[in-house]
Amino acid sequence: MNYSTDLPRPDRRTAIKWMLTASASTTLLSSFADAARSTEAAPVTGSGYGTDPRLQKTYQPGELWPLTLSDAQRVTAAALCAVIIPADATSPSAAQLHVHDFIDEWISAPYPTQALDRPLILECLKWIEAEAQRRFSRNFSILTDREKTAICDDVCFVKTATPEFTDAAKLFTRFRDLTAGGFYTTPEGMKDIGYTGNMPLASFDGPPPEVLKKLGLL
Amino acid sequence: MALLTSRKTQPKYDVIVVGSGAAGGQTAYTLAMEGAKVLMLEAGRNYDPVTETPMFETNHQAPLRGAVTPDKPFGFHDATVGGGWEVPGEPYTNASTDPQRQFIWWRSRMLGGRTNHWGRIALRNGPYDFKPYSRDGLGFDWPISYDDVAPYYDKVEMLIGVYGTNEGMENTPNSPDGVLQPAPKLRAGEQYAQKHGKKIGLPIIPIHRAVLSQRLDGPKLAAKLHPKNLAAQRVLIQAMSERAACFWATDCGRGCSIRANYQSTTVHLPPALASGNLDILTDAMGYRVLLDEHGKATGVAYIDRQSRAEKEVYARIVVLAASSAESVRMLLNSKSPRHPNGLANSSGLVGKYIMDTVGADLGGQIPALENLPLHNEDGAGGSHAYAPWWLYQEQHAGKLNFARGYHLEFGTGRRMPNARTGSRMEYLTGGKYGVGYKEDMRRYFGSFVGFSGRGEMIPNENSFCELDPTVKDKWGIPVLRFHWKWSEHETRQAKHMQETSVAIIEAMGGTASAQPKKDGRDAIITGGMVIHEVGGAIMGTAPRNSVTNQWGQTWDVPNLFITDGGTFVSNADKNPTLTIMALAWRTSDYLLEEMRKGNL
Repeated sequence: MNYSTDLPRPDRRTAIKWMLTASASTTLLSSFADAARSTEAAPVTGSGYGTDPRLQKTYQPGELWPLTLSDAQRVTAAALCAVIIPADATSPSAAQLHVHDFIDEWISAPYPTQALDRPLILECLKWIEAEAQRRFSRNFSILTDREKTAICDDVCFVKTATPEFTDAAKLFTRFRDLTAGGFYTTPEGMKDIGYTGNMPLASFDGPPPEVLKKLGLL
Repeated sequence: MALLTSRKTQPKYDVIVVGSGAAGGQTAYTLAMEGAKVLMLEAGRNYDPVTETPMFETNHQAPLRGAVTPDKPFGFHDATVGGGWEVPGEPYTNASTDPQRQFIWWRSRMLGGRTNHWGRIALRNGPYDFKPYSRDGLGFDWPISYDDVAPYYDKVEMLIGVYGTNEGMENTPNSPDGVLQPAPKLRAGEQYAQKHGKKIGLPIIPIHRAVLSQRLDGPKLAAKLHPKNLAAQRVLIQAMSERAACFWATDCGRGCSIRANYQSTTVHLPPALASGNLDILTDAMGYRVLLDEHGKATGVAYIDRQSRAEKEVYARIVVLAASSAESVRMLLNSKSPRHPNGLANSSGLVGKYIMDTVGADLGGQIPALENLPLHNEDGAGGSHAYAPWWLYQEQHAGKLNFARGYHLEFGTGRRMPNARTGSRMEYLTGGKYGVGYKEDMRRYFGSFVGFSGRGEMIPNENSFCELDPTVKDKWGIPVLRFHWKWSEHETRQAKHMQETSVAIIEAMGGTASAQPKKDGRDAIITGGMVIHEVGGAIMGTAPRNSVTNQWGQTWDVPNLFITDGGTFVSNADKNPTLTIMALAWRTSDYLLEEMRKGNL
């Protein structure tokens, strides 16, 4: 499987959908273009899926409500996803699985829980970029792994972060949680973490003997 | 007779049943299979689990990875249609703004109602549970005993299929031989809890759930359930042959397209329809019982949600099975100059003594469950084990500071990841990210266990519902206003639940994710949140102390019955659905007999 990360998001289909929506209003159209160029996120628009959505269908981020991250924010988000969950021998990185699209879908959603996360994630991206500029005078996405790690190490644990980094650590924590949720729900992520279910079986035989043995139940 | 897509009802029926869930499904099943002509009204849309259930869809395919939203409060793939804690355009209100005194009300708007998504936990009330007042002087006794209901528990269990074992424990009744389906083997974490629960005296046994662990023996069961009724037997044998056994995958809360678990739409309604004696009208919101000049019920007024027109249907007998609170709402909205306080309310008790189940949750992490060899733990789409209430004697001897018991449900194992998987792991990982974080997640996944205490609430004077004096729903129907208050029996019980959860987690060598709350009021979850609301039309021995007699027949209107949880006099810790069905069958048998005798 090809885990391309170089495609600018949103994908073509989503972009066309946006354009169709936006074409109803030139004001909207220009604000869409502005948002894509600027470093600021577009406002949340659209409505939820209602209380009777089609359940047997695969939904893509951007399909039910417009995504709102600017191009620059998406690049930062993808880079941060790749640092938090990088590729290893078992599975690809969160960025390769487009988890940043899920994060964009999440913070662009017209629902209250997600609306609470939105300022945290936007602030997190802003802080990461500002910190990259402050320390290395470059965008976060083009820093070396060592440079990225130097920043993330300071904010990866609220409990041990020095006072100047406590607030940023809270933002990073929320970003990491969303990255994990996005990653471990993908087919690759489910396999990585050890979920082997969701397939019909002729019988349920309980835990295998090696499990029972390990637990002292045999 | 059939699902009325034409929306043309017959001029008159023997019985109108309002509601299509556990109560309505069982009532319509029993009546139609025994020859009565029945019309069922369902407020929600038609719903077909065979074609609509998202069986193998993953969270990856859902918006927001399936996370809960106000539109789908149990997650995207939950079966609920048209509802949740809020139904658009159909509000309810709370009298108090105190957070401790709120009641929240889960509804759905779909054929089969909440049976489509329920947890399938199917526990019998025990002998104590029908005589709680006699045992501790609190609440009320039922006008019936366990022995009156036991034959109907047998019948319901045989009809719907319930897995479990007979453990012979106090007030936790056995089923007769051959009634239960084989219990699935316990998962690793369930077995581990079972072993280590013994250290603290906590008995963990196989739970009873309405899931087929093997196919039903139609010919044998049909002969037992409908003796001397060959037509009903034929229909039931066919319906049972169409149900598959569980294939040990997918969450029961989504519903079941292979009809392996019980939901009204896959178990009650297909044979009832096939009997030729049932019409079902969906999108029909019943709101008022019609009366003649003698005070007898003649039918039901409903809103046709498709045309928005007000319509009426007629029958010899009306059965309310719309859920306890919705049936109460109909009685109160059926007020007239002759019944200024609502119908069947000469006692003034309609809406009084509403109860939910007490709930308190606490989880933890168990190092012994880390890094277990990979294996599939999906199982029966829900729990395989639980701890029934085990302190009856201590409680009876006055050693506890709360009067009624609870059971402990719990979940373990590697379950399908969701949007929260991997969240809030810093206390274990020390804030790791990167490759080390991925390694830690492999280690910890499946090592968490979550306990939920589910206990008995004693009915009290401060928990009731009434019509809101001003608020109406989008159909113009007055809505319910809830009053709610837990007593110390419930809040102390909730505290005990959390303490027991910590004790079992520690007995398993684990660490609880939080300390138990010092004040039970902080431990107990909001009223209504367990979705076990019952009461409001309690049954009793006389018109002055109750709304119905032991048959769910209203004292004031003899041809008006209630078969949902409204008639519950107490709300044992045992989940109410199985008892609702058993009582609905018992009422239906009585109703048929009275019809035959010409009394109705």
